[in-house]
Amino acid sequence: MKISNLLTGVTMTLALSTGAMADPTKVGFVYVGPVGDGGWTYEHNQGRLAVEEKFGDDVETVFVESVAEGPDAERVMTQMALEGADLIFTTSFGYMDQTINVAKKFPNVKFEHATGYKRADNVSTYSARFYQGRAVQGHIAGNLTESNIIGYIASFPIPEVIRGINSAYIHAKKANPDVEFKIIWAYTWFDPAKEADAAKALIEQGADVILQHTDSTAPQAAAQNAGDVYTFGQASDMIEYAPNPRVSSIIDNWSPYYIARTQAVIDGTWASVDTWDGISTGMVKIGEITDAVPADVKAEALAMIENMRTGDYHPFTGPLKKQDGSDWLADGETADDGTLAGMSFYVEGLTDTIPE
Amino acid sequence: MIRLEKRSQPSREWSIATPILAVLITIIVGAMLFSAIGKPPFEAIRTIFWDPLFGEFAFYYRPQLLIKAAPLVLIAIGLSLGFRAGVWNIGAEGQYIIGALSGAGVGLAFYPIEGLYILPLMVLAGAFGGWLWAMIPGLLKVKFGTNEILVSLMLVYVAEQLLASMSLGLLKNPEGFGFPGSRNLQQYPSAHNAELIAGTGMHLGVVAALIAVIFAYILLTRHRLGFHIRLAGEAQRAARFAGVEPNRLILFCLGISGALAGLAGLFEVAGPAGQVSIDFNVGYGFTAIIVAFLGRLHPVGILLAGALMALTYIGGDIAQSNLGLPSAAIQVFQGMLLFFLLALDLLTNFRIKFGKSEVA
Repeated sequence: MKISNLLTGVTMTLALSTGAMADPTKVGFVYVGPVGDGGWTYEHNQGRLAVEEKFGDDVETVFVESVAEGPDAERVMTQMALEGADLIFTTSFGYMDQTINVAKKFPNVKFEHATGYKRADNVSTYSARFYQGRAVQGHIAGNLTESNIIGYIASFPIPEVIRGINSAYIHAKKANPDVEFKIIWAYTWFDPAKEADAAKALIEQGADVILQHTDSTAPQAAAQNAGDVYTFGQASDMIEYAPNPRVSSIIDNWSPYYIARTQAVIDGTWASVDTWDGISTGMVKIGEITDAVPADVKAEALAMIENMRTGDYHPFTGPLKKQDGSDWLADGETADDGTLAGMSFYVEGLTDTIPE
Repeated sequence: MIRLEKRSQPSREWSIATPILAVLITIIVGAMLFSAIGKPPFEAIRTIFWDPLFGEFAFYYRPQLLIKAAPLVLIAIGLSLGFRAGVWNIGAEGQYIIGALSGAGVGLAFYPIEGLYILPLMVLAGAFGGWLWAMIPGLLKVKFGTNEILVSLMLVYVAEQLLASMSLGLLKNPEGFGFPGSRNLQQYPSAHNAELIAGTGMHLGVVAALIAVIFAYILLTRHRLGFHIRLAGEAQRAARFAGVEPNRLILFCLGISGALAGLAGLFEVAGPAGQVSIDFNVGYGFTAIIVAFLGRLHPVGILLAGALMALTYIGGDIAQSNLGLPSAAIQVFQGMLLFFLLALDLLTNFRIKFGKSEVA
């Protein structure tokens, strides 16, 4: 009895291990843009390449780029699951309902949805605390501006973007009380022509520092042409515009997360989680601060990064009021994640109105 | 010496043969393209054309073909009527968006009431929205002689802005934590354009597309209005003598294509897509122009062309995932199809002559 039990166990283990050897873990990636966009999708693809490099033959990755949100996304995810994917990363907010739909049909396949809020037993969500990077940008921008006008190219009025504007504004204001934000809503994540127009319009309105929440390098090029205008890389480092106009950047670094989650699937320890990581785990990286930034400002920025890494500093620390003058955070109080995740209000001092 | 000689009548044989020939040449040149970028050419072609229909997972892809082809066919049928009459509606994408917004708006206004009357009302609203949006270039053309190509195209961008505004404002899901996008109509039974038989992909939009094909066929071959449409496109003077009122024809052509595009948008938003979102439109309105011409502006041809385009989309995505083909290569492949078709069109209207040119 005992021996037969033992034998069954051994054969099963053997079967499992040979199965694992013959069949590498398959990881699928669904991208909203082309892998060569130099921004959002590019960085997700860097994460995929990091997974390939780390696991070698144990893992096979597949991807489909420029997948429209809607039925196309659902079809591509289903196809990956049918073809034997064990883990699928869906890397756009607009894939949320589709990811949930497909996950229902394939309970044994694990799904990871970027920037969404709907989870299931086999659906995790993950996002990055880019607002930490925005705090650093705001601090540098507030110090650099001489016209006291900072331009901001915003994409869509969603919590992610509004949070970034607030964080940048709070820290620019702290560095320079006279600072004013001019915001242009581009209604796009990636459109070089529109972004260039927005940058030019902001420069004409007197902005000498431009922050962007869009992914192309067009604003950098516009700033370079204008001269004496500073910019920050977005999603990617955009180092080709350093040391000037690009003085620093926020880099999305998905590699550690993608490697960890793939490892969890291989080990059989994967569980549905909601991950919101920032500078501390390296999901958000701050690109090199160039010498165009005065040494003392750079030192302050580096100290701020270090304090956010250790958790000693939270960019949304009271006292803070909302735009309408009502109280938000008391002295020393920090914002909770729930409020931040759904942020749909400006902080006091911003003159723009959130469009609807 | 090769010369071109104009045919007195477009060749019937060639007009049927050229689409088939264009597909064959696209396959050959496409295979060369794929092998040039280091991908197995036969496998790539097989993945694109064969796997969705007869491959291991065809049970899933076949219904997807219907879902993908239905809006293309529905929009292209409407466009083809106008194109035949020389009325150029390039803004179907905008009418598609407005149709979706009007239809979804009606549905969401009833939320959470359940009732069998909700979906029919949404369908009417969708068609009306598309029709209304197409009436703008129509009336401007009739009253002020503006160019409908420009006006209808520009209105696409207006519609896109409206779509963004609706996703962020009026139609935003109140339970969406501030994120853009409406409630998902798939989770609102009375407003959901569900599959009529589960797993077949057959939703109301597919049925509507098939009905549109039949009606367009009857209209063009059996009906006086269809005769007028063809006459206006082929011989304007003759059309006037035959009693065709150009203004009414313009409004009819733009109206019907707008209404059909609006319907396509409504069926999509209430069914496969499920919600109004900033990126709801994915270019069906523009691709339908290709489909209309690929199908030679003939209802049956459009049906086949829509199916073929859907096949290249679905097969293209499979090829991306399984063979690592870049999406740009797939797009080039699709572009070649239209390119070769237009190039070969020459043979329909011209005869190629070899030998010395005669003295002029």
